[in-house]
Parts: sequence; C-alpha cells; structure tokens
Amino acid sequence: MKLAVKEERCSGCRACELVCSMRHFSQPNPKRSAVRVVGNFPAPGRYSLVTCDQCGECAKVCPAEAIREVNGHYEIDRDLCTGCLLCVEECPRGAIFVVGEDQVPFKCVACGECVAYCPRQALVDADGEVAWAGLSARRRAEEASGR
Amino acid sequence: MASGKLYGYGGRILRVDLGTGAVRTEPTPESLAREYLGGRGFVAKILWDELPVGVEPFSAGNKVVIASGPMAGLFLPGSGKIEMGTKSPATGLYGEGNMGGHLAGELKFAGYDAVIIEGVSPKPCYVFIDDDRVEVRDASKYWGKGCFEAEKMLKEDLGEDFKVATIGPAGENLVVYAVVSHDFGRQVGRTGVGAVLGHMKVKAIAVRGSRGFEVADPAGVLKKGKEMYEACFAKPGFDEWTPYGTAGVTDWVNEICAFPTKNFQTGYYERHKAINGQTLKERICILDKGCTGCPIPCGKYSRFEFSGKTYYVEGPEYETIALMGGNLLLENIEDVAYVNYVADELGLDTISGGSVVAFTLECLEKGVLTPAEVGRELRWGDPEGVAWLLERIARREGIGDVLALGVKKAAERFGKGSERFAMHVKGLEVSGYESRYAPAMMLAYMTADIGAHHNRAWAITYDAAVGQDKTEGKAWKVIELQHIRPLFDALGLCRLQWVEIGFELSHYADMFPLVTGWEYSWEDLLKISERIWNLTRCFNKREKPDFGRVYDLPPLRWMEEPLPSGAGQGRCMPRDKAEKMLDEYYSLRGWDSNGLPTKGKLQELGLGFVLERLKLES
Repeated sequence: MKLAVKEERCSGCRACELVCSMRHFSQPNPKRSAVRVVGNFPAPGRYSLVTCDQCGECAKVCPAEAIREVNGHYEIDRDLCTGCLLCVEECPRGAIFVVGEDQVPFKCVACGECVAYCPRQALVDADGEVAWAGLSARRRAEEASGR
Repeated sequence: MASGKLYGYGGRILRVDLGTGAVRTEPTPESLAREYLGGRGFVAKILWDELPVGVEPFSAGNKVVIASGPMAGLFLPGSGKIEMGTKSPATGLYGEGNMGGHLAGELKFAGYDAVIIEGVSPKPCYVFIDDDRVEVRDASKYWGKGCFEAEKMLKEDLGEDFKVATIGPAGENLVVYAVVSHDFGRQVGRTGVGAVLGHMKVKAIAVRGSRGFEVADPAGVLKKGKEMYEACFAKPGFDEWTPYGTAGVTDWVNEICAFPTKNFQTGYYERHKAINGQTLKERICILDKGCTGCPIPCGKYSRFEFSGKTYYVEGPEYETIALMGGNLLLENIEDVAYVNYVADELGLDTISGGSVVAFTLECLEKGVLTPAEVGRELRWGDPEGVAWLLERIARREGIGDVLALGVKKAAERFGKGSERFAMHVKGLEVSGYESRYAPAMMLAYMTADIGAHHNRAWAITYDAAVGQDKTEGKAWKVIELQHIRPLFDALGLCRLQWVEIGFELSHYADMFPLVTGWEYSWEDLLKISERIWNLTRCFNKREKPDFGRVYDLPPLRWMEEPLPSGAGQGRCMPRDKAEKMLDEYYSLRGWDSNGLPTKGKLQELGLGFVLERLKLES
C-alpha cells in the first residue's frame, strides 16, 4: 500500500483522522491520527494533507534502531523505542506524532483505512491494492437491487 | 449530582465567569446526559435551570451555553454539529442556533461537552481552551475585526489546529441577529447569540483537544461507522446532490411558488436560474468544503470578483440565495456572493439581514421611509446598496441603529402600516420559504420555538407531495418533523445525509448504543426530543406571561395579502384558517387551546419541575 494524495479533492472532513485514530487507538481523536488535514483559508481556500510516504528517514535517524521496514512501510517498535523523539524532529514531512504524556511516538503503518473511507478519494493507494470502499458498496447495492 | 462513566461524551462542563475571570469544570451530570442527550437538550435544560426569570438578554444575568452532543466528533457521516443558545435579544424568548464545522468534535476531544459563559467581561476577551488549560485572554488586538479576519489572526497566533469561533462588528455592536462564525464560513445564526457574546465582550472561543474521548464499544463503533459511510457512498445523491449542496433546491422552490421574492411579495423570481446551484457551481465554486465526518460536503467555498477585487466566501447557501438573492432581486450569483461575504465578515445573519434590507426597500417603495431618512437612495437589485446598508446596521449608524433591532421592532418604530410587510414570527425573520402556497411549511414557521425558522420542520416537501392547497390534516407531519429534526441538534449530528440523500434513520439508532452503552431505541430518543420541545415552549411562557396562541400567528402579509401571481396566485392564510391549523396542532401535541402544554403532557415527559414555575392548569 503506497499512500498518495489528491489534495484538491479534500473537503476537510477529517474522516481520515477519525478512522485512523479509531483503528489504531480505539478512540476518536485527530491528535492520534497519522494523517492530518490542514486548512489554508480564507485564501487560497483549499486543504493540505500531512501524510507519511514511508521514506525511511526515521529508521535511519533512530538511535535505538526501533524503527524497521515491514512490507514496504516503516513501523516503530514500542518496546525498543526510548522516547528520544528524534524521529519526530527529523521526519521531512512532519508525519510522526507524539501526544501528551506518551513516551512513544506513532506514525502511519500503511493500513489503508483512510484510503478506503475518504469520502472524496483524496487519499489513494498508488499501488492499487486498497480500493475505495464506495466501489464495493455500490456493487453490492446494484446486486441487491437486482440489476 | 451523580456521574457514572459517560461514553461518547467529553465528560466535563466548563463554566467561565467573565466578571471574575474564574474558570471551573464540573463532571457532566449523568442524569442530564441520559435525559437530555446533549446539544440543544443541554442548552434548553441549563438555560431553564440557571437563567433568572425575566433576565434581560443584554445583561450580566444572561448566559451563553455552547453544547456538543454524544454523536459529534465520531467516525460517522455528519458528526460535526454544535449548538449555542441564550435568551434571545431578538425575541426575548428561547434562543438557539446550530453550526457545523469542527468545533463540536474539538470540544469533546478537549474533554468537554459544554461551555457555559456567564457574566460580562470588563474588556474584550476570548476564551482559550487547550485540553485542561483554560484561560480568559485579552482580545483587544482582535476586537473590531471581521469574523474571518479575526479567525485568521487567532489561527496564526495560536496554531492552525485550533478550532476558532468569532463574532464580528455586528455582534460587538449588539445587532440582534448577529452570528457566531467558525471555520471561515459556518455560522450559528438566527436569534442573536453573537450579540449576547458581544455584550459579554467575548470576541472568540478557541479550542484544541488532544485527549479524545471513549466510546462504549470501539470495535463496534468502527465497524458500524464503516457501514454508515458505505451506505452513503452507494446513494445516488452522493454524486448528484453534493456538487450543488443546499443551493441545488433553488429551481424547485421557484417551481412550487415558494421562493421569497421582493420581500415575500411573490413566490417566484424570474432570474432564479442566474442565482441557482448550477450557476454557483459553474461560475464561482472552487471547493466542496465539509464538516466533521461529512461524506457529502455541502459547503460551496467560492472565489469571485466584485468591482475588480477578489473575494472568498463559503456560499451562498440556499437561504442566502433566497433571502438576499430573490428577496432583494439581485441579478447574478456574484452579487449574491458579495453581499453574503459582507454579511459574513460583519457577522450578521444573512436570513434576518436579507429580510431587514428587503423590509427597508419596501419601506422606501411605499413611502414609509424617505431616502433622506435612510441616508442613501437604495433600490432593488443593487448589491452595493445592500452592502452599504449592512455596514450601517453593523455599526449602528443612522437608520442602521433601528434596523439592528430586526423587522418587528423596526416596523413598530416606523409605523405607517409597515408592520404589514414585516416578515417575522415571534420577532424572528422568516427564512427561505414563501409559504402562502405551502400550509405545512407555514405551520412549521408559526410553531417553531425560536420564531420563524425552517430547521425545526422542513415541511415544504410534504406540502408538495400531498397538495399545496390542503390546510387540514398536516399538523401531524409538522409535529413528527419537529421531533426528528431537532433530535439531530441534541445528538451533535447533521441531518442532511438523511434529508438529502435518503440515508436511513435506523443507522443512527443502531450506532447510539455502541457509542453510549445505553440501550435507547429510536422511539426513546424521539421522546427526549419531545421533552426538549415542550421545555423550550415552557421557557417561552415563563419569560413572556402572555405567551401562547397569539405568538404563533403568521406574518400579516401571509394572513392578509393573497399571492398576486404564479402557481400559488390568490392563496393566503387568513387568520381563522391559521387558527384552525393551530387548533389541530395543539390538540395533537397534548397542549391546551392557548398552545401550552397540559399538566398531563408535562408529567408524561418528566417535566413536572416546570409546573411550580408555570402553575399550569391540568
């Protein structure tokens, strides 16, 4: 799964932030989302998305070797992480986050939920593996109506 | 008050005393949450409990209650709605407005369900909320700025991730239809919450939350949320309705002769296609902008040129196209967008603002006012004249000082028969549906708790479905809508997925227990909505001892003046017919013949505590 963005399609709804935090932290909390929506208003009047492109810089800089490549994406090993937060500082996209009293930061692990559920298809899988959930939903609706 | 663990809630109510600057939090009472849910329910109950009887809206005794709901801030379609309420300076009655954007969720992410703002600040201030850190901060650098300008400055100063709500000069100057603005284009409109905040000297509220909140069954909520999104994605309206948003209804409303035209003189505007949703989309819209969790973003963020300058505005919404477009005979979408922008930056309601401007134009037309008294030659269809008048109102200058009080009071001041075309119910200006050829919609306007607003019961489609001439047998539908629609306002949800693309109500019923852990059926939830409905009715009675049937009558224009043209030509609602509709309505509601809840109805709804105050007959 290779997350790519089409920012011009983003409506700012933050469903991505909510599905990410629900999936990985079991609570609705945009501050515990690995994807972030940023508004640019009043002008030019559009949204930007902060996403991880799995560049691997974090793994390179981590002094504890706590960040490893797994199936094409990078994950932080909570047991090895020392909480130095160097990865947060060094991430070229600002896509690693830490909240409140947490010791361990978090990042995108390419689960594909945001791709499946972005209502605008502003987040897509460039590898074409994860599809927008609307496609199968529409197929099912068509089958159900007997077409 | 006992508080068990609340799931789906931020967990705390924040109380801000502007007089002392003191800030307190208390746990959200479980009984309040169970019996009133949140949003409008919290607003109604807290105002009932805490406002001194007969309090002046512009006094230190009034309060502003801001409340999110248990289904706001969730991964589900349309979870972004917040309510703000107060005793209205426009009507002297229960005041409440609803707003999308992202404040409803953020308040809960910070750990709060409601904020109660009390007292008056000695100096301009704003309420700063960053999780547990809450401060009343100096707002002198923002005071006087437009709504968007102030929001932009605050986001630059605090961080783009703060969710900010602001008032504009209209609120600062106590225009009774001043709004609270948020997210560069969403507003809490109607009833003047912005004016009360202006009196309190509160320029803004800025919120950031990182705590999140808990739901009873996280795996269940995630699974159900996915199902809800998939259901929306599969609706035809998902692709068909979204590009036009609310503006998409403009042509249809004209077809059924319900489009406010020239201060509601008629129901059809010849130039409606020049200001409809398609034209908006083609000519000026640059972004579909949405509230928290919304799959069908109705916000049409636009960029347009006017007099050689570039402007940005979220809109125009249908209501603005109606009350500032057709109602003022503006000729193209850019003109409507421009006056929309002016009103939004000044921070005044485009519905009431449009109605006040139209009223003024008709006063000029009929010689109730002279151009000298107004201060300028104004004519229909002139956006610059509209903008000039809106500025005068926001600054309380010249004629603007009286117009800032709304059409009811302006008509009382100007006299000369102008009350016959002051389009209001209970002192709140009628919104976007000319209703002489839509009796259910008229009844909806007559009986909405805050005055003539459509959000309680959008009954116009029912009129179209069963016959626009029929005046009997429609009250049941208005009542049904008055329970379903405001329920969304108590839950923190947006109605438009259901209203516009046929998203099934059962989804919400299924989700509610997963979020809260409470096994409430949809009927249980509707009962709570009925409770809140009756409570705000009683609040109005408490504040105005003569409150009753006479407050529920339609505007004089609708009772006395038949539509002169169009599909509804010749129709109006004479007083005796209006009263018959009210007879049917009161009877179905379990209210007495003066339109007040009976003792039995109150007890049925758990509102027995109201009886001491009102001493109602059984």
